[in-house]
Amino acid sequence: MLTALIALGILAALIGLVLGYAAIRFHVDSDPVVEQIDALLPQTQCGQCTYAGCRPYAEAIAAGEADINQCPPGGEATINALADLLGKDPKPLNPEHGEHSEKTVVTIDEQVCIGCTLCIQACPVDAIVGAAKQMHTVIREECTGCNLCIAPCPVECIHIVPVRPDIGNWVWPKPADQAPGEIQHG
Amino acid sequence: MADSAASFRRPSPSSSTRLHTFHGGLKLAGHRELTAARPILPAGVPPLLTVPLQQHIGTPAECLVAPGDAVFKGQLIARQVGIISAPVHAPSSGTVVAVEERPVPHPSGLLAPCIIIETDGLDRYRDAADTALDYARMAPGALCDLIREAGIVGLGGAGFPTHVKLGRDKHSIELLLINAVECEPYIACDNRLLQERADEVLEGVRILQHAVQPQNCIIAIEDGMPEAEAALRTALAANNETDISVVRIPEIYPSGGERQLIRIITGKEVPSQGFPAEIGIVCQNVGTAAAVHNAVIRQQPLLSRIVTVTGDGVARPQNFETLIGTPVSHLVACAGGYTQDVERLLIGGPMMGYAVADDHIPVTKTINCILAVSHEEMPAPPPAQPCIRCGKCTEVCPADLLPQQLYWYAHSSNLDAAQDYSLFDCIECGCCAYVCPSHIPLVQYYRHAKTEIWAREKRTHASDLARQRHEARLSRLDRIKQEREARMARKKQALSADGGSSEIKKATIQAALERVKRKKEQAGMAPKNVDNLTAEQQQLIAAADNRRRQKNRGNITE
Repeated sequence: MLTALIALGILAALIGLVLGYAAIRFHVDSDPVVEQIDALLPQTQCGQCTYAGCRPYAEAIAAGEADINQCPPGGEATINALADLLGKDPKPLNPEHGEHSEKTVVTIDEQVCIGCTLCIQACPVDAIVGAAKQMHTVIREECTGCNLCIAPCPVECIHIVPVRPDIGNWVWPKPADQAPGEIQHG
Repeated sequence: MADSAASFRRPSPSSSTRLHTFHGGLKLAGHRELTAARPILPAGVPPLLTVPLQQHIGTPAECLVAPGDAVFKGQLIARQVGIISAPVHAPSSGTVVAVEERPVPHPSGLLAPCIIIETDGLDRYRDAADTALDYARMAPGALCDLIREAGIVGLGGAGFPTHVKLGRDKHSIELLLINAVECEPYIACDNRLLQERADEVLEGVRILQHAVQPQNCIIAIEDGMPEAEAALRTALAANNETDISVVRIPEIYPSGGERQLIRIITGKEVPSQGFPAEIGIVCQNVGTAAAVHNAVIRQQPLLSRIVTVTGDGVARPQNFETLIGTPVSHLVACAGGYTQDVERLLIGGPMMGYAVADDHIPVTKTINCILAVSHEEMPAPPPAQPCIRCGKCTEVCPADLLPQQLYWYAHSSNLDAAQDYSLFDCIECGCCAYVCPSHIPLVQYYRHAKTEIWAREKRTHASDLARQRHEARLSRLDRIKQEREARMARKKQALSADGGSSEIKKATIQAALERVKRKKEQAGMAPKNVDNLTAEQQQLIAAADNRRRQKNRGNITE
């Protein structure tokens, strides 16, 4: 009886030591859940979710402070992916945060731009090039369509333009038929 | 393996190569009699050529000409970008009138960048190169470069740059397989090419042999084209060729698919999403071989190709030697124009082709067939019915996939599951949709799923980039803030260290004043509004100057 207790006790202590060592040795700095959530977010950095960017929103979701339906640029696809990851039920996008729309980018009307640099300071992904009293321009490939540069512009020279479909990003249309297994009557 | 390799070398007409089979496939009505017995006609030089910058798999070429430039036939007008890419040459002489987006042959009907050349009708080269290169003395790498510079891509339909296929692991290539299996109905351009120019094809094959140095070389030909086979065998016999053998294979669609043909000839399977070179095989189309011949012997880049214009929708179906960039409408006119029965215009064959709404699109390097069909010939499919899980699609799939499962997953947008079921091994041959009793447009589902997966990958890539840029920005702003704080702290420390009223502080201020003064002198601060002054005003100025001078002197002596 006593031997068994001592043996178990020693075993428990040993395992505890190993676990304790492993916890320090293999410590992961950041929360992997945050990384996983962040990977699913569109990285628009628009702040429509009320957080200061995609990562803060990911942290808030991980902490249970924010819901999964606060990201308008991601739309239904992102909500479904988040629901999948977190084992929650998908829900419709919260209209308080905006509506989902196809991705757009902005363009600067270079005739009107006065070179005030306010949009450059607002751009979360450094997609605007320019300097004080020099004309600015948007690097279209890097623009995430967050529209954060529009409000600060004193001369309203920044406009939203749709991303034009080209052969490189064109998707074959899905045939419009009934769901498999659904019986057509008549 | 050993005995089959030995039989590869045997050039006898009744080649005893043991053939293998691939799973599935279909026996289809050929419809080739429309064009296979008629000679290839030149389509001529149309007034305008529209040459797309992308006519191959890979990165689009980069335009080198501007509107107004005169170009001669064969001039490089767009250069290759990166490795998987191909240059583009002017198909005829004339003037570049525009470099802009135009409709191109693509199922989307979207525009893509093109170079538009107004031809002068002279069709002249800058200098006629009559000296054939002695390729046998050239290094295989140099030959490969020559083929790359000629802008040659796979002319069978996929348009993969030929130099990439040739350049891959060439030391370990066992077999060079020349594909003369034109398995899709209606198409007869390779058939006619072999009947009329077997010598050129053979020369091209020999050049390819020299470029890849294979142990064996086989030309695979379908048993439905006896005239072409006879012409090829005659050419082989005339050249006393013993290294190249001709193998006749049964006519089953899609035996002309690269993977299927390799399976038939060698029994080997190309790895999933891999290349034939990984199992020691290079496969090239006969049309490509003829283009290689032109590039090396005539030193002409790829400027034209043979296109089958056929179907009940055109008056005189025919094969045409067509300049790249020729409008499809011009070719249809060459074939006698549309008949009254015409219903649809397809680019490619009836199984893998796609319908287009506009015939003002140009012929590119990869278009082998233009098919104008009547309603009787190819009625529009009836509405799709639900899948009844009959499994017929699985029986005919030449890629050994489960089309039904792929359909289910593509339909429910479960793209990951579709990829798990090897969606990307689907060659889009159309066999499954052809046999489907419910008329489900299966291939369109797979094409949708494939393009959607690519689009998703692009989005992920873009968002990864946005994340990186955002994080870089945050860390930069943070660094700037810290640097400013550190600077302020240093200054504060410097000021408080010497009590605030010491000589150092005074000297610093004095030095700053001196600096400002020097700057002012250098800038030549001239007083303004000093022209046409009255005597009274001048006196006032002199008095003020005097005062300032005395004050300055006082400051300095202090």
